[in-house]
Amino acid sequence: MDPRLTTALIVVVGVPAVLIGYIVATEQVLRVFPQRAQPRVRPWLWLFPALAFLFVFLVYPTVGTLIRSLQDQLGKHFIGLANYAWFFGDSGTLGALKNNVIWIVLLTVLTVGLGMLIAILVDRVRYESFAKSVIFVPLAISATAASVIWLFMFVYQPPGVAQTGTLNAAITPLGVGPLPFLTISNFSFNTILLVIVTTWTWTGFCMVIISAALKGINAELLEAARVDGATEWQVFKGIIFPLLTPTLAVVSTTIIITALKAFDIVYVMTNGAFDTQVIANSMYQEMFNFGDFGRGSAIAIVLMIAIIPVMAVNIKRFQAQEAIR
Amino acid sequence: MTSLAASAPTAATTTGSGPVRRRLGRLGLHFVVILLMAIWLIPTIGLFVNSFRPEAAVQTSGWWTAIFQPSQLTLQNYTYVLGQAGIWPAFINSLFITIPATVIPILVAAFAAYAFAWMSFPGRNLLFVVVVGLLVVPLQTTFIPIIQLFAVFHLNGQFMALWLAHTGYGLPFAIYLLRNFMGSLPREVFESASIDGASHVTSFLRLALPMTVPAIAALAIFQFLFVWNDLLVALIYVGAANPQNAPLTIVVANLVGSLGQGWWYLAAAAFLSMALPLAVFLTLQRYFVRGIVGGSVKG
Repeated sequence: MDPRLTTALIVVVGVPAVLIGYIVATEQVLRVFPQRAQPRVRPWLWLFPALAFLFVFLVYPTVGTLIRSLQDQLGKHFIGLANYAWFFGDSGTLGALKNNVIWIVLLTVLTVGLGMLIAILVDRVRYESFAKSVIFVPLAISATAASVIWLFMFVYQPPGVAQTGTLNAAITPLGVGPLPFLTISNFSFNTILLVIVTTWTWTGFCMVIISAALKGINAELLEAARVDGATEWQVFKGIIFPLLTPTLAVVSTTIIITALKAFDIVYVMTNGAFDTQVIANSMYQEMFNFGDFGRGSAIAIVLMIAIIPVMAVNIKRFQAQEAIR
Repeated sequence: MTSLAASAPTAATTTGSGPVRRRLGRLGLHFVVILLMAIWLIPTIGLFVNSFRPEAAVQTSGWWTAIFQPSQLTLQNYTYVLGQAGIWPAFINSLFITIPATVIPILVAAFAAYAFAWMSFPGRNLLFVVVVGLLVVPLQTTFIPIIQLFAVFHLNGQFMALWLAHTGYGLPFAIYLLRNFMGSLPREVFESASIDGASHVTSFLRLALPMTVPAIAALAIFQFLFVWNDLLVALIYVGAANPQNAPLTIVVANLVGSLGQGWWYLAAAAFLSMALPLAVFLTLQRYFVRGIVGGSVKG
């Protein structure tokens, strides 16, 4: 049989059948146990597949990476914190770290700011759902395809030649440019350009969540303020913004984590060249270009330590929500 | 409340310049909204138009010139990409990777979510917090030990590697979302089923799963898009070991790196890679929005 056909059959029929089969089989397994013990055993049979996956793919490797980060390139000797000392002393990784800070600040300000602005603006027009779809659609596009889309936006031709990139064609008649986007190192906007591409993708995410929170604000409250003569700006500053703050905080944590983990856009558009390196890409290069799993592990652990406080905020909020329920 | 409604019209009439200024304000509002929409649409439209233009045209003029010379448009990029650039096999690979990597985590998470929501056992809440807490683990932290583990079982380069890895990675969020949804279903339904002698398996398959369809739909779209659009995980477990099984994201990313001069068919390739997620997304957007609004914890 054609191997592709076999794969297709496994994919469509085999996988769901095995999983449903497992849960049906648990009741047969339970018969082995005395009647009274069954309620105590049953939950663990239901949890077993999930816990096994979580252990093998998240818990065990995290511990493994932590240990590996204390070993040398080939994993033969423990070298203490040398890999971390390298990370915080090497000009390449420090440059990547600096770029990640730019990513965090700029991406959060741009996506959350624009997301809020758009959510508030489209709330007042009748084609709101269409407008929101337009802003939201890039979220379905892979970072790889988004990179291709924006490489076409950023194309640079030398002055005097017809500009084929949308951005340079737009700015050249205005007397600025053409600008050498993503082609030379000392052009300090390169990282910012990559952040703009990601902003294009993620603003819709922020907009949708902020918009949902906006709809939850009591309309009579806003109307009362307007009747009392408050300007739109005062209504925003005094009522809308304070009420949106918890939502903005939650959205920001998601974006900060996205910025910390930034990889695809950098890998596809520049592969870290032209001063655009980020830590996730430098980890990939340590692993596959230099074969140094020790250093790669250290970078991964630094990344996780940076994410923990941000995620802790999120999980605390989740627990607070649970308490209300 | 009634006094508010009554006073609203008078407020509008007290300021004489109100209507004019308001109309100007409306005009400005529409202008800004439409401008923002244009900014968001133009990059994709540019790619779409370029994907139908011949090499010489793409090299020498911008996509917008096609508006004035629509005769230059051609399908040759698509026939080339589908025939020779390896896009069609990659499309099938992406499907083979994405379908199980969506189905497995949702079913496994549904079992766990049902146990967390409707069975009582010691340590239930603590265990649930630990599971959700695993959201802090960035995928990067798992790559090196998992590659070495997969090497033992000769899984690197196989679809199976990605099915398993994506299941592990997707579970914390999936369990979180489904457990919250299942937990909010009416208790009476499950109690009366139990009194009528229904086993947990029956309750799960006949009651819990069907009633959880909205959350499952949101999750399915989420996971489908995540896996279909994933580049990093595929690069780590398949990319280097077995290019034959590479999904679209890897093939398109490689085209960017290796082409240099061959930009013209890159646009067509990228557009083909976007076609399915865009179709899924546009038809099921409602569920997707509900999903991210309900569970914006995922990082």
